Amino acid sequence: MSFLEYAPAPESRAILSLRDRYGLFIDGEFVDGRGTPFQTISPANEERIAEIASANAEDVADAVAAARRAYERVWSKMSGRDRGKYLFRIARLVQERARELAVAESLDNGKPIKESRDVDVPLVAAWFFYYAGWADKLDHAGLGADPRALGVAGQVIPWNFPLLMLAWKIAPALAAGNTVVLKPAETTPLTALLFAEILQQAELPAGVVNIVTGAGETGAALVAADVDKVAFTGSTGVGRAIAKQVAGTQKKVTLELGGKAANIVFDDAPIDQAIEGIVNGIFFNQGHVCCAGSRLLVQESIHDEVVDRLKQRLSTLRLGDPLDKNTDIGAINSAAQLARIRELSDVGVAEGAERWSAPCELPAEGFWFAPTIFTGVETSHRIAREEVFGPVLSVLSFRTPQEAIAKANNTPYGLSAGIWSDKGSRILAVADQLRAGVIWANTFNRFDPASPFGGYKESGYGREGGRHGLGAYLAPAASRSARAARAVEASAAPAAKTRPAAKADAEAKPAPAKRSRRTSKSAEKGAAK
Amino acid sequence: MTGTTLVTARERALAVLGGDPDDATLRRYLHGIPGVDAVGLEQRAAALGTRSVKTSSKAWALDRIISLIDLTTLEGADTPGKVRSLVAKAQNPDPADPATPRVAAVCVYGDMVPYAVEALGAAHGDPDDGGISVAAVATAFPSGRSSLDIKLADTAEAVAAGADEIDMVIDRGAFLAGRYGLVFDQIAAVKDACRRPDGTSASLKVILETGELVTYDNVRRASWLSILAGGDFIKTSTGKVQPAATLPVTLLMLEVVRDWHRLTGHKVGVKPAGGIRTSKDAIKYLVTVAETVGEEWLVPHLFRFGASSLLNDVLLQRQKLASGHYSGADYVTID
Repeated sequence: MSFLEYAPAPESRAILSLRDRYGLFIDGEFVDGRGTPFQTISPANEERIAEIASANAEDVADAVAAARRAYERVWSKMSGRDRGKYLFRIARLVQERARELAVAESLDNGKPIKESRDVDVPLVAAWFFYYAGWADKLDHAGLGADPRALGVAGQVIPWNFPLLMLAWKIAPALAAGNTVVLKPAETTPLTALLFAEILQQAELPAGVVNIVTGAGETGAALVAADVDKVAFTGSTGVGRAIAKQVAGTQKKVTLELGGKAANIVFDDAPIDQAIEGIVNGIFFNQGHVCCAGSRLLVQESIHDEVVDRLKQRLSTLRLGDPLDKNTDIGAINSAAQLARIRELSDVGVAEGAERWSAPCELPAEGFWFAPTIFTGVETSHRIAREEVFGPVLSVLSFRTPQEAIAKANNTPYGLSAGIWSDKGSRILAVADQLRAGVIWANTFNRFDPASPFGGYKESGYGREGGRHGLGAYLAPAASRSARAARAVEASAAPAAKTRPAAKADAEAKPAPAKRSRRTSKSAEKGAAK
Repeated sequence: MTGTTLVTARERALAVLGGDPDDATLRRYLHGIPGVDAVGLEQRAAALGTRSVKTSSKAWALDRIISLIDLTTLEGADTPGKVRSLVAKAQNPDPADPATPRVAAVCVYGDMVPYAVEALGAAHGDPDDGGISVAAVATAFPSGRSSLDIKLADTAEAVAAGADEIDMVIDRGAFLAGRYGLVFDQIAAVKDACRRPDGTSASLKVILETGELVTYDNVRRASWLSILAGGDFIKTSTGKVQPAATLPVTLLMLEVVRDWHRLTGHKVGVKPAGGIRTSKDAIKYLVTVAETVGEEWLVPHLFRFGASSLLNDVLLQRQKLASGHYSGADYVTID
C-alpha cells in the first residue's frame, strides 16, 4: 500500500438537512418563484441536489419593494449599534453552522472541503464580524460625520466563492444601513439559501435581506429594478453590460470583474515558498479565482528550475471528491466552464505553447480538469491575455525588473499581482509600478476583511473590504439621495424647504437614532429648533 | 550500518563547493542558497498538518511511526537498570500484542552504550533488517562546548563500545560567529572518528539545535553545511533546548535533503527530536516526509523520531484502532 494514497476521509453529509425545493427569500419568507424552477447539481458527480425557484421580473420587483419597505420602516431607523448586533449575531451563527455551510458549499460548488472549511467559511464569519464593528462607527468611515446609507442595494454574485461573495456584499451594505436584494449565481444558489435560514434564525427584520435565485435574466431584472445601488462581481462582459444599463440613472455601481494577474518570481525569491505561492495562486479553488495568478513571470535565469520544481509539486496534488478532506483540487463548477477551459487550452496548444498536465486520474462523472501548465507562452498568445478561470497556468519569462513590470502591466485587466523576492527594496519599487488593485509580496491569494480589494482598468471599479468597502454603500451627509430629492420635489414638503440640506436628508431617512453621543446631541438641538 | 566514507563525502563537498571548505568558500555557498520566507514555510507546514489520515492509512502510519522511533533516555539520572528497562520496551513495545513492530534504535549517553548493547543481545542490529540499533549522543552533548579532542574521544569511545549511530552536536557558537569552516572540519573529524577498525563506520547524525539557531535561514545553511561535511542524518534538536523539533523546521530540513538528492543523487536522513509526543503530531511528520521527499524516505535509515513519550501514545492509538475503544495509561508500560 502506498501511504500517499491516503484512505478515503470524506466529510459526512449527514450534517446537512436540505429541503427538496427552495423558494425565493422575500420579506423574511420563502415564497414560490414565478419563473421556471431549475435544478442545482453537484459538479463532482452531476447528481441533483435540490430544485431552486427562479425569480422573474415581478418577483424581483416584489423583493425590491420588500427591501424598500424594510429600509424605510425599520433598517434606516435603527441605530448603528443595533444593526451591529444583528451582524454580530449572523457572524456567530455562521461560525456555529460552519461545518454545515462548508459541506453545502463543497457539494454545490465542487471546491475541496478543506478550502470551504478553512478559507471560505471562516472568512465569511470574519467579514460579518468586521463590518459588525463598523456599524456604529460610520462617522469614521472617511465621509465625514453622519454619512447616509444609499437605500436598497441590488447585488449579483458569482459562483466561484458563493458564500464568501455574499458576505463581501451583504456585510458592508447592512453595516452602512442599506437593505439588500441579492442574486446568487445560477449554479451555486445553495449556501445563499442556507444563509437565508440563518437570517431567520438571527431574526433579522423581514425584508432587510432578500435573496432571489435565477439565471442571467433574474440578474438583469435586478439591475433594472428600482434599486439605489448595484454591486456586481463576475465577468468583464457582464460588468460592461451592467455599466451600460445603469448609465444615466442615479444608481451607484461597483464592479469587481475579471483578471489575468501576473505572479512575478525574481531569481532571489525564497524558492520553496514561491513554488507554494504559485500553486496557491493558480490552483486554489481550481483556478476559479478572479485574482488568480494565472500569468507566471519567471526570471529567465531560474525559469527551468522553477518549472521543474513546479511540475514535481503539482504531481503531489490530489484531485477528486470535493468532500474528501485530503482533496487539493476539486471539480470544475459547470459543464460550460469546463468547455471554456478546454477551448482555451486547445488554443494554447495551437498557438505553439507547450502543455503539461499533472498525471492524475480524472473521475468519470462530473466536470474535471487536471492542473495544467503552459510553458513557452509569449505575450501575444491568447492564453497569456484571456482569463481562463480554471487550473491553467501560463509561464512567461523576463530578464530585468523593467521588463517584468512592462509585461505584468501589459493586460486589459488590473486586479492583482504577486512579487516574489528576498529583497524588500525591490518588492516596494516593483509594487509601486504595477497597475493592480491588490499586490501580494511573497504570498498570494490572502484575504482579510480589513483590506480593500478591487481592480484597475477592465477589472472593474470601486473597492470592497475595509473602510473603503463601506464607502461603496454610503454617501456624505451633505449629499441628498436622488430618491430624497425626488420626494422633496414631488411633495414640496415645507419642512424641507426651511431646513438645510443635511437636515432634509435626515428627515427623508427618518430618525437615524444611532451615531455618537456628540452627533445625536446636535441632531436633538436641530430638532428643538 | 555503513555510512558513506569520509573520502567520498569530502570529494562530493569539494565538487559541490568548487573549492576547499574554508570560511570564505562556505560563506559564499551557504549565503547563495535561496532564502526562506518564514510565513510561507509555516503556512505550508500547517497545510500539511491538515491531512486527514484515517482507517487503513492510520494503521499503517502508527506501525511505521513505531519502527522509526529512536527510543531515548538522556538523563543525568540514567542507570544500567533504566537502560535495560528501555531496551526491553524497545524490543517489545506492547506486551499485549506481539505483532507490534520494534523501534528503530535506543538512544543513550555514551557511557550507557555497553549496557544497551548487552541488554539487546541478539536483537542488536540494523533496523532496516529488523534489528535494533544503539545510538549514542556524543561530542559534549548537549552544549558541544569542549575541545575537538574531547569530542573525538567521546565519539570513538561510544563507537568502540558498540554504538551503531552517533548523534553529535554542532558548535552553534562557531556557526553563529560565521566560522563555517570550523563547523565543517569538526563534523568531518567526528565522521572520521565514527570509523571502526574493520573499515565500516557508525552512522552520523548531526544535531543542529535549531532552537539556538533561531532563524530559518540559519537552519537551512546549517543543514547544507552538515550534509556537505558528511552527516548521514541531520537532526533538529538535543531535546534540551526549547523550541525543539517543530513541523516547519523539519519541513525545511526535508527540503534541503530533497535538494541535495536532486543535486547529487545521495540520500540523507532527517531526525526531528524533542517535543513530538502524540500520534497525531507524528502522523503530520510522516505526511510531511512523504509529500516533500517521497515515501521512500519513511525507512529507518532515512527518517527517525527522537522521542520517548511518543511511543506510548502510539500504542494507545494502536490499541484503540484494534479494539474500537480507548484504554488508558495503565494499559501501556512505563519504561
